[in-house]
Amino acid sequence: FYLTPPQVNSILKANEYSFKVPEFDGKNISSVLGFDSNQLPANAPIEDRRSAATCLQTRGMLLGVFDGHAGCACAQAVSERLFYYIAVSLLPHETLLEIENAVESGRALLPILQWHKHPNDYFSKEASKLYFNSLRTYWQELIDLNSGETTDVREALINAFKRLDNDISLEAQVGDPNSFLNYLVLRVAFSGATACVAHVDGVDLHIANTGDSRAMLGVQEEDGSWSAVNLSYDHNAQNEHEVERVKMEHPKSEEKSLVKQDRLLGLLMPFRAFGDVKFKWSIELQKRVIESGPDQMNDNEYTKFIPPNYHTPPYLTAEPEVIHHKLRPQDKFLVLATDGLWETMHRQDVARIVGEYLTGVHHEQPIAVGGYKVTLGQMHGLLTERRARISSVFEDQNAATHLIRHAVGNNEFGTVDHERLSKMLSLPEELARMYRDDITIIVVQFNSHVI
Amino acid sequence: AARMLLRLLSDIQWRAANPKWRRMTSSRRSTSTTAEPHPVSLPAQAQVVICGGGITGTSVAYHLSKMGWKDIVLLEQGRLAAGTTRFCAGIVSTARPVSIELKMAHYSNKLYEQLEQETGVPTGYTKTGSISLAQTRDRLISLKRIASSLNVMGIPCEIITPKQAVELHPLINIHDLVGAMYVPEDALVTSANVSLALATAASQNGVQIHERTSVSHVTVQKGHVTGVETDRGRIECQYFVNCAGQWAYELGHSGEEPVHIPLHACEHFYLLTHPLAEPLSSSLPTVVDPDGRIYIRNWQGGILSGGFEKNPKPLFTEGRNQLEIHNLQEDWDHFGPLLGAILRRMPGLEALQIMQLVNCPESFTPDMRCIMGESPTARGYFVLAGMNSAGISYGGGAGKYLAEWMVNGYPSENVWSLDLKRFGTLQSSRTFLRHRVMEVMPLMCDLKVPRWDFQTGRQLRTSPLYDRLDAQGARWMEKHGFERVKYFVPPEKDLLDLDLSKTFYKPDWFDIVGAEVKCCKEAVCVIDMSSFTKFEISSTGDQALESLQYLFSNDLDVPVGHVVHTGMLNEKGGYENDCSIARLSKRSFFMISPTDQQVHCWAWLKNRLPDDSNLILEDVTWKYTALNLIGPRAVDVLSELSYAPMTAEHFPSLFCKEMSVGYANGIRVMSITHTGEPGFVLYIPIEYALHVYNEVMNMGQKYGIRNAGYYALRSLRIEKFFAFWGQDLDAFTTPMECGREFQVKLEKGMEFVGQEALLEQKQNGVYKRFTMFILEDHDTDMDLWPWWGEPIFRNGRYVGKTTSSAYSYTLERHVCLGFVHNFDEKTGEELVVTTDFINQGEYEIDIAGQRFQAKARLYPFSNLFTHRRRKDEVELSGYQRE
Repeated sequence: FYLTPPQVNSILKANEYSFKVPEFDGKNISSVLGFDSNQLPANAPIEDRRSAATCLQTRGMLLGVFDGHAGCACAQAVSERLFYYIAVSLLPHETLLEIENAVESGRALLPILQWHKHPNDYFSKEASKLYFNSLRTYWQELIDLNSGETTDVREALINAFKRLDNDISLEAQVGDPNSFLNYLVLRVAFSGATACVAHVDGVDLHIANTGDSRAMLGVQEEDGSWSAVNLSYDHNAQNEHEVERVKMEHPKSEEKSLVKQDRLLGLLMPFRAFGDVKFKWSIELQKRVIESGPDQMNDNEYTKFIPPNYHTPPYLTAEPEVIHHKLRPQDKFLVLATDGLWETMHRQDVARIVGEYLTGVHHEQPIAVGGYKVTLGQMHGLLTERRARISSVFEDQNAATHLIRHAVGNNEFGTVDHERLSKMLSLPEELARMYRDDITIIVVQFNSHVI
Repeated sequence: AARMLLRLLSDIQWRAANPKWRRMTSSRRSTSTTAEPHPVSLPAQAQVVICGGGITGTSVAYHLSKMGWKDIVLLEQGRLAAGTTRFCAGIVSTARPVSIELKMAHYSNKLYEQLEQETGVPTGYTKTGSISLAQTRDRLISLKRIASSLNVMGIPCEIITPKQAVELHPLINIHDLVGAMYVPEDALVTSANVSLALATAASQNGVQIHERTSVSHVTVQKGHVTGVETDRGRIECQYFVNCAGQWAYELGHSGEEPVHIPLHACEHFYLLTHPLAEPLSSSLPTVVDPDGRIYIRNWQGGILSGGFEKNPKPLFTEGRNQLEIHNLQEDWDHFGPLLGAILRRMPGLEALQIMQLVNCPESFTPDMRCIMGESPTARGYFVLAGMNSAGISYGGGAGKYLAEWMVNGYPSENVWSLDLKRFGTLQSSRTFLRHRVMEVMPLMCDLKVPRWDFQTGRQLRTSPLYDRLDAQGARWMEKHGFERVKYFVPPEKDLLDLDLSKTFYKPDWFDIVGAEVKCCKEAVCVIDMSSFTKFEISSTGDQALESLQYLFSNDLDVPVGHVVHTGMLNEKGGYENDCSIARLSKRSFFMISPTDQQVHCWAWLKNRLPDDSNLILEDVTWKYTALNLIGPRAVDVLSELSYAPMTAEHFPSLFCKEMSVGYANGIRVMSITHTGEPGFVLYIPIEYALHVYNEVMNMGQKYGIRNAGYYALRSLRIEKFFAFWGQDLDAFTTPMECGREFQVKLEKGMEFVGQEALLEQKQNGVYKRFTMFILEDHDTDMDLWPWWGEPIFRNGRYVGKTTSSAYSYTLERHVCLGFVHNFDEKTGEELVVTTDFINQGEYEIDIAGQRFQAKARLYPFSNLFTHRRRKDEVELSGYQRE
């Protein structure tokens, strides 16, 4: 089975989305020029989600990628709700009051966010009322808490993350009279999602990360070459500090059982996540909720399964690590991507490929034959391919698509091999997940003229 | 020396036994870390020190020692034959468009063929032949031109069909070919071993060879080489030979007195493969596909293939040792287009497995020709370098010529086109070289068409009128860095793009130049001729006159204000320069010579004028702008501008006077035009140039004045049978051989250089004769145009070659100039050429294999002078330069 280049393109481009920040008076005064995003499913349905929105009542833009596990419900919910929580956390007291008054008196609400969505990025209509009520409760509390201080972005992000996770947990505990919604809130709470969110306001870039998605800054060096700067830490077993943190939070007796086979309690890859109440609630609470829940919950082996060595919950938190970065002129772009990308590509290659894509300049890695057995014909094909890529790089109009093309199609020489691409994309559903993970990418391009 | 030889031989055996020798790299400048001790200490003095143990250095050593010079030391910074020579593709090819290069290659081939027998060193010499392919008609024409000149040299060569090509080499894909040239005697060698064989023979002849010895600089005192400083001490020497390859430029600049050797390195790639499933035969001919920019030769059952890419990568611009040769990276992306061409030419090679892509820097020169000869500033400092990737093909012959030059004072062939002195300091800028070699390297494969101009390194030397002329449609060519006008494109005319204008046929400027010629004949034209080399020689007493009388063949003891055409001859009576000398005063002379004589003539005079502080030689080239007013109305323009009578009675031909033109005073006016047409050349101090030009153009309007360029000048001078130096005249041509006896005063009452040789010729006759040919059955519109280098046939037998040609708009025929020899039918020995011999022959000129009937003449047409204004005062004396 062989896909033609147009077929490959149609698969790769199915989910691509681009947004350009509108110009005023022929100039873009925002520090963000725009962004490209795309996702390529491996799971069916895809468990990754993405979101992008402009804050309307404060300045700044929010972008995030969410990698779901044990289903997509949690990732979906977080992708719909998290930015509202963040936006609300950032709102000054007066605006919160104004919004509350509007709701109270049934007036039209000030819009908080302007979403930038691909048609495939859906919002759950059924749950909107429920979600809205939870959010309203949050801002009401914020109004009551009014500290009079200006909002710190770092704090706002942390609060928003924690509050949303808390609401997810509460909604599942309380349940909903509507059986559909009842089942939904349970699925959200029992599945999980990581989140990597960027907030860009002028030169202030904040990255709030929970889990093992990653934010990376593309920096152009003086000589024109590209380098990568990490703006997030993976929360997984490879991160010593994270392992340390988890161990600190639990008695010494559990030290051995906390991290097994590089997984939390031997089960979970990310060490921080939304949802996943199985790693947060007490055993009693889990049992009670499942028992009182709908039949589907009871029939699900996974939800009923209690992690081993489960003594001192919670083991998991949604609290993000926040990194603040002041944008510099050499900071050209930001890549937010789920681990599906980072498993296949080194960040340095990501920086180079995106950098060269955005600037249209190519510093390709030289080919060395080295010990390989290469025939003249093969080499010719390879070189032709590389040349063709330089000319056809712009068959991708989207940096994220371009990156996915590389992530999936790169051969040992670091060039896209159509045959490989075709094979990888035509894998049957049941096999796809074994060869690759869902990939979701957002590439944000910064405006050097303003920075 | 014996120990040396032994080591060399063992070295060779080791290399031969180890097929991967290319990877075994030991050449490094740092000698201290290597274990091997130097076998012998350096001598304190030697007659000759040669720097460089590559093909050129070993060839020079070989030939010098063969010619009897024994006190020779050859120094190599690394190991013998370890630089570019080692990485050379090893193709010995005689298919060269330039005749002197062809001769060198032919000699090299013969030399290498017997070298193994002579030295016992296996050279890998295999006579495989070569096939040059033509994808286009034009390429086939250029191959046919080469074939013509190979054939008359007795080198077997034939133009073959694509079908015949595939019979010779079954892997060639011929679907896009129009023809090919087969040279069966071209050969392959193992280049490093050829060099080692030459070294072995030289060493047997007494040459001392020292490896791992770097020359830091050469010391020069009073204009003579005195010694060489090395990292192992000093060697006093009389002669130094710079054969340092791509380091020759650096080495030349390292001394106190810089020697400018304009060459620059470029990365150069070729591919080595494993053997084919059925290994290629070692006798398969080498395939050269210039349109594909590649060559493919058999190599150990597989192939060795490289080429000349369109986008070369120059390197070492900032100097040496930033990067060792051997650490250069393979660059597949760069090689990609060439690889494509290789597989297009031989699709059967697809499955061939790559062994290595070799990146080896090659040095290239500003005009694609190698550099040899003596430094104009340091006597005894010789150079042989800049082989333009043909070191193996030229190495043998070039080494021989240089050795002859050193031993005899001159080589056995005219090597002016390779002479170091064709360049000056102006070609020595790193930026210029870098830019120029980027143009030169692709040109190696480009079609060589007539009248090609380099596009890089331009607008360096210009006349003050450059912008004015450019704005009027001037199209430019360059000589010795100087921009000169070819012709003026009228505003309403459009010419072809540069690339499209390449042709062997009638060029697109034909009518434009025709109009300029017509204006020269009927009205008056202005040509800016500022590029000419201008010297002033003056003295307090009679030294200037005496010296010039000795150095020049004509009588210069003429009244003040007279201009004399004269040759500057060598001992054999050959033209070292051809010039016009005006006697400005009793004790000062103004000398005009061809543009590219600036370095050569200066060195020649400097070396021969007595060391006398009261005798002053000055180069005033830059001080004067020269405007040539050609045509019957020039006299009217000039007399109106100067309020001075300019008619023949007042201003005879070959006369020089300082006068005012317009407001400007001190303009040197000479009644010569270098074309045989009436007119004047104005030598204008440069600050007046624009003023005088404007005045001339304004005043000239009513006489129909217009600008003209060198193409018009060229057509005029060739139809008048004027020879010019550098093309028709050279160091091997005497005035007797080109009908210029009248420019020689054998009885001028004092001895002069070349007198003896000329007297002998006068007595015994000449062995070649400069002859003018008018093509008879040649269709200017349809037939190939002659250029130069076309074989001349007399009664069906080859008698010589043309040296220049032009279309004569007056005769409406092509005119070729060239030399006729008289080769003995049996022995090939050169016999005396008499006037009768010339007149009694039926002639044909061979243009790319097609022969055209030609009428031979020994004297110009007198009836051409339709606008003759003065009876005998036209310049009968042929004198021209371009």
